[in-house]
Amino acid sequence: MSGPSTYTPKSGIEKWIDARLPLPRLMHDTMQTFPTPRNLNIWYTFGGILTFCLAVQIVTGVVLAMHYVANAGLAFDSVEAIMRDVNYGWLIRYVHANGASMFFIAVYIHMFRGLYYGSYKAPRELIWIIGVLIYLLMMAAAFFGYVLVWGQMSFWGATVITNLFSAIPVVGTHIATWLWGDFAVGDATLNRFFSLHYLVPFIIAAVVGLHIWALHVPGNNNPLGIDVKTPQDTVPFHPYYTVKDAFYLVLFVIVFAVFVFYAPNFFGNPDNYQQANPLVTPPDIVPEWYLLPFYAMLRSIPNKLAGVIVMGGAIVTLVFIPWLDTSRVRSCRFRPTMKWLFWFFAISCVILGYCGSQPVDKAFAGIPLVWIARLTTLYYFGFFWVLMPIIGLIETPKKLPASIAQSVLGDSAATPAE
Amino acid sequence: MAATKSDAGTRRDFLYVASGAVGAVGVAAVAWPLIDQMNPSAAALAAGVTEVDLATIQPGQQVIVKWRGHPLFVRRRTPAEIAASKAVDVASLPDALANNDNLPSSAPATDANRVIKPEWLILIGVCTHLGCTPTVSTPQMPEGDYGGWLCHCHGSMYDTAGRIRKGPAPRNLEVPIYSFLSDTRIKVG
Repeated sequence: MSGPSTYTPKSGIEKWIDARLPLPRLMHDTMQTFPTPRNLNIWYTFGGILTFCLAVQIVTGVVLAMHYVANAGLAFDSVEAIMRDVNYGWLIRYVHANGASMFFIAVYIHMFRGLYYGSYKAPRELIWIIGVLIYLLMMAAAFFGYVLVWGQMSFWGATVITNLFSAIPVVGTHIATWLWGDFAVGDATLNRFFSLHYLVPFIIAAVVGLHIWALHVPGNNNPLGIDVKTPQDTVPFHPYYTVKDAFYLVLFVIVFAVFVFYAPNFFGNPDNYQQANPLVTPPDIVPEWYLLPFYAMLRSIPNKLAGVIVMGGAIVTLVFIPWLDTSRVRSCRFRPTMKWLFWFFAISCVILGYCGSQPVDKAFAGIPLVWIARLTTLYYFGFFWVLMPIIGLIETPKKLPASIAQSVLGDSAATPAE
Repeated sequence: MAATKSDAGTRRDFLYVASGAVGAVGVAAVAWPLIDQMNPSAAALAAGVTEVDLATIQPGQQVIVKWRGHPLFVRRRTPAEIAASKAVDVASLPDALANNDNLPSSAPATDANRVIKPEWLILIGVCTHLGCTPTVSTPQMPEGDYGGWLCHCHGSMYDTAGRIRKGPAPRNLEVPIYSFLSDTRIKVG
């Protein structure tokens, strides 16, 4: 990791292990003495919260798999049996189902934080790109998991999403058939989705390892977006940020628990308590809330292939952000124009999500939602591909502070404190 | 020196390329079964053939039958619906091809090419956009602007021959392979 190691093995056993597999040294350097900017705020605690979310999903998921039956005839009933018969099954399943939503809440905050403070800019491009990959894997895992319930929304969501691939010219329908293992979503599809749903979280865990590894080379960005210059700018990760992360994790878990115990179906769709029926499409197919903005983009384009390309492009675009942003200043705190455009972008994502949640022919204040979705989709792409490169060149940033320490402690930090 | 080097290099290059090629063939031979296992199994492929009794279906009524995991629309069209479909100019359609598995793929999407007997419209009930089941339109409960079907997922509208008229779906509803066993019985598949 960055800088020379400060680990000194104390006991004989520690020396013996250190000479053979320096795992204690790795833990010491990354989780204890790791120099961390002293000005990280609440929004920087979501990395730890996300790790917690992944652990919760894996633990509850492994347990649920002990009771779940991946068979089109039995899946729906086995979920009901988990809810009614399995000891604490209701709790474990509600934690898992709401855990997925909490995971996405945390990841969206984490991503918007990265966007706002310019955490994707050099030398952190790979951290960002690996993060986009994790986000993609999360969407895949969540989609597979949602299908396993085998309710009406599970089935028709799976039908719509797998049919996206049929938009590919020539080979599209063959790919869809290959994904299904049949001529429609059915038992074969359910079985393979179960297999993949069990696999993907462990891939995510491995990629999270890369994400943290890449983070520990340049170290954390910070709300000022300026580089760490002297040891005065940092504090050791433990106890400063272990405690800060733990505090906000507790607040997060309280919110999590409120949903699990008081509104466990808040994020769910009532139609998914009806068993999958291949002959009846529910009047309004809606994906889970975290996919709604992309779904709105898909629906707003009146051409199948173009719709799929726009939806995929919205995610692929994220990969290019490090090079689309031409500004020399990272943090939006010092970017008066970009700050506004950022908030417009955040609002446009929420509007897109609303459009995706509504029936296809609905209007808001007389304007058809499909047109609102088209405009916000335009802003989504315009923000990244047009505004970001141009604003970075013409905007005059505010004056940056001389150092993190000076910004936090005042001018007295100019002289070493100790 | 240079000659021996290039000579040795050539032999070695050959071995690299040869072993690399054999290795690639080996990898492909192992990968293919792992990929192909996801395609429909023999059981799924075993022809799904369904017979449908038409005797009880009234004019204007649609019956949905399950066929190969998909809904199958069996619709007995009224004379007005047939006339409305015939009046459409094929050149004005978003998809000008019949999409009828009983005909060559280049057949134009005339009303005659969408049916075997004009009264009976047999379609795979899968929206060609993203696979939802469109809702049938009746004079009492119209769905969409063209008297055929409306797909509620993304708003695709089909006419009384199951042809796409408006919305994101790219193709006309597919006509499966079928034949009349008698005046009141068809075999699909």
